[in-house]
Amino acid sequence: MSKKIIVPFGPQHPVLPEPIHLDLVLEDERVIEAIPSIGYVHRGLEKLVEKRDYKDYVFISERICGICSFIHGATYCQAVEQVMGVEIPRRAEFLRAIWSEYSRMHSHLLWLGCFADSMGYENLFMDCWKVREKILDVLERTTGGRVIQGVNRVGGVSRDMDKEELNRIKSEIPGLRADYVELTRIFDEDLTVQSRTKGIGMLPKDTAWELGAVGPTIRGSGHAVDARMTGYGAYDELDFKPVVRTEGDCHARCMVRTGELFTSLDLIENAIDRIPEGDIIVPVKGNPSGEYYAQTEQPRGEVIHYVKANGKKNLLRHRVRTPTLANVPALVQMLAGCELADVPVIVLTIDPCIGCMER
Amino acid sequence: MSYLQKSPWIIHYDASSCNGCDIEVLACLTPLYDVERFGILNTGNPKHADIFVITGGVNEINKEVVKNIYDQMPHPKVVVAVGICACSGGVFKECYNISGGVATVIPVDIYVPGCAARPESIIDGIVQALSILEQKRNSMKTGVEGTA
Repeated sequence: MSKKIIVPFGPQHPVLPEPIHLDLVLEDERVIEAIPSIGYVHRGLEKLVEKRDYKDYVFISERICGICSFIHGATYCQAVEQVMGVEIPRRAEFLRAIWSEYSRMHSHLLWLGCFADSMGYENLFMDCWKVREKILDVLERTTGGRVIQGVNRVGGVSRDMDKEELNRIKSEIPGLRADYVELTRIFDEDLTVQSRTKGIGMLPKDTAWELGAVGPTIRGSGHAVDARMTGYGAYDELDFKPVVRTEGDCHARCMVRTGELFTSLDLIENAIDRIPEGDIIVPVKGNPSGEYYAQTEQPRGEVIHYVKANGKKNLLRHRVRTPTLANVPALVQMLAGCELADVPVIVLTIDPCIGCMER
Repeated sequence: MSYLQKSPWIIHYDASSCNGCDIEVLACLTPLYDVERFGILNTGNPKHADIFVITGGVNEINKEVVKNIYDQMPHPKVVVAVGICACSGGVFKECYNISGGVATVIPVDIYVPGCAARPESIIDGIVQALSILEQKRNSMKTGVEGTA
């Protein structure tokens, strides 16, 4: 038994795409405590509401994070629309749901790739990102942007999809499903993946609940918690069932995400079948007054946008509670007791999005 | 591309960006764009790197980190600022915590605009960086300009 040493991890580190700093307290090769420190991506953009018009701010809220950008924009719009009592066209809600599910798939495929990379499985990383390009092609074709879409507006969306486009999207779904089946098979059955993930980074069911984890992190520990179950936007008309696993280890969280790829495809098919005709945007006049919490499901878990306004064109306050922040206590819990070589794998299983967390 | 005589290694650092440009930098490495076929490799170690690809507007706490990575890179080195935030601060320019571009901290050779910068323009930026790298290497050899 040696004495305790502290190993700094990050902010610049080969396995981390984003800067976060962890002080790992080690006893030999075993981590006994992980102390996170953050602030490397803090831009202070919530404060920008005081300088920008509430309609222009949609574009800044999309840039909270480049991975889950669409859903941030949509959630902010939902919050402002509720404050102003604007009822947006049903078609716009369906379009938002379709794009939300596409951005969820692109985020999950990105994560699966980075997760494979954290295990040193370069080939699988490339495979996941190859499939992800097909999703980005659809996003680019329908919105004009690959990662930042910019189609959300207060009052609806700015671009429509015609019948031909919807049919084309639908005809591409079986091909994507076949790709997902193959990826899922590798993540589920491959020995390399199993030996690096099974029984690693345990998060027991009770602990996950007590620490307030969200998204795939808590769904991997046996709780069916998903904001889409609340039926916001078009989700009340879509057939949605959350993906839940009970093991609570890294493998379970990985399988929740592969399962959600299929759920997203089903939701998109479902939405295309049921999308009503009509307008996509309503004109919004005046300034908001009041406050509202909008709650939606990001790829990483539940996100809350709080807006408060007092009848001026600038909002008083915009506050975002992001899923990564909610998952950090669970991460600290998972890291205690693991081996140093497993740290990158465990850090990635919460799908840390530091851009969201620090804003 | 006659000047691509060596295999340039890049190091990527996210200095307070929204991730949009970072995932596009990563997308350059993956099968659709695949810059590795030109011999351009991604490394995590500053001492192995020739090209510093940096995204984001650089906040206060990141200034030291960026300088540190830059100082650790061996000469000759080229800095590519990817995305409009790295060029000028972009939409975050008015934020209290943003210094307003990479050029406020370290010298930048190539600016790649865009929000998020497209993989095509990132690759173009890196290819242009290669010729600057070659110039710097030559001037180091002849000693005309000192260390660039």
